[in-house]
Amino acid sequence: MIDTAGFKPKTVYVIYIASTLEKVWQALTDHELSQKYFHGSLLEIEPKVGGDFVVRFPDGRVNVKGNVVEWSPPRRLATTWTVEWIPELRELPPCLVSYDIEQSGDCVRLTVTEAYQWDVPEAMLSGGRSGWPAILSSLKSVLETGKPLGIELEPPKEMMEAVQQVVATKPWLKR
Amino acid sequence: MGKPSFVYVIYIASTPEKVWQALIDPNMTEQYWFGFRVAAGGKVGEYMTARDPAGKEVHRDVILESDPPRRLVYAWHPLYDEFKHERPSRVTIELVPLKDQVRLTVEHDDFDEGSIVLEKISNGWPAVLSSLKSFLETGRGLAAPSWSGQDRATAEARV
Repeated sequence: MIDTAGFKPKTVYVIYIASTLEKVWQALTDHELSQKYFHGSLLEIEPKVGGDFVVRFPDGRVNVKGNVVEWSPPRRLATTWTVEWIPELRELPPCLVSYDIEQSGDCVRLTVTEAYQWDVPEAMLSGGRSGWPAILSSLKSVLETGKPLGIELEPPKEMMEAVQQVVATKPWLKR
Repeated sequence: MGKPSFVYVIYIASTPEKVWQALIDPNMTEQYWFGFRVAAGGKVGEYMTARDPAGKEVHRDVILESDPPRRLVYAWHPLYDEFKHERPSRVTIELVPLKDQVRLTVEHDDFDEGSIVLEKISNGWPAVLSSLKSFLETGRGLAAPSWSGQDRATAEARV
C-alpha cells in the first residue's frame, strides 16, 4: 500500500453543490454518470482500498489510472493518479487525488485535492488547475440541472513544456 | 514564492451579459450572495458598494476597470473592524464566452503577507461563485454554507 505521508497538497478546488453527500459520492464513483462530466471519459473503480481505478476514453484507451487509497463512502475517496494518455506523463511518480464530501448548511461542499510527493513545478500544475474547474463545474450542473456542460479543453501549453523539462531531468529522483 | 493571491475558475451555462448583470446588480446579488446587495455597475473611479442582509454598508471600494461584459476590476477593502487595518486588495473578474457557457475567473491579489482577508476570501469566493452558478442555471442560489472555523480546520487537517 502506498504511504501517503509524503504527499503535499498543491492544488485544492472547492465547489458547493445543492445535493446530498450520497448523490455526490455516487456521481464521483459511477461509471455511467462519470461520462457526463469527465469530458466524455468513463470511470471504472473497484470499491475497496487497493482496488484498481481507471478512467477510459469512450474508444477504450486509458486516460488516467491508479489505485484506491481510501474508500470511505460517502465522505472521502482518495486514489493515486497517473495520466496515461500523454506518454511522457507515465514516467512521473503518481499524484494523489482526494475528494472530501461534507455537509455545509443545506448544501454539499466538495473539495478536490491534488497532492505530490516531489517538488512539482508550478507549470505542471496548470493541467489540473484548468481541468478540475471544468470537470467539477459540469458535475455540479449534472447534479443540479441534469444537464452537463460541454467544455472543450486542451492541455495547457505551459504544462506540456514543463513535462518535457521534468522528463529530461527527473527531479523526483533527487533527495 | 509568488505573491499571495487566490484564483478561482467556474464554468456557467449562461451568457457573458447575464453573468455580468448578476455580478453588478444588487437585486440579483441579493439572491445568491447570501443576502448581500452588491452594486458594481458604476464607471471607473466610482464605487462598488456592498450591504449586508441587515442593510449595513460593508464595502465602498473603487472600481478600477469596467469593460462590460468581459472584465471588471475593483479594490477590496471590507469595512468590518477586524479587516479595516489591512490595505485594499484587488479583485479581477474575467468572463470568456465559450460554446454554450461562460468561463468565469476571479483573481484576487495584491495582498500583504499574512493577510487574514486572503484567508476569508479563499473560503468565500468558492461559495459565492458556486451559488451564482446555481442561480443562473436553476433560478435559485444556494443556502448559506456553514462557515464555522472548526469545520474548516477539520477539512485542512485531512489534506
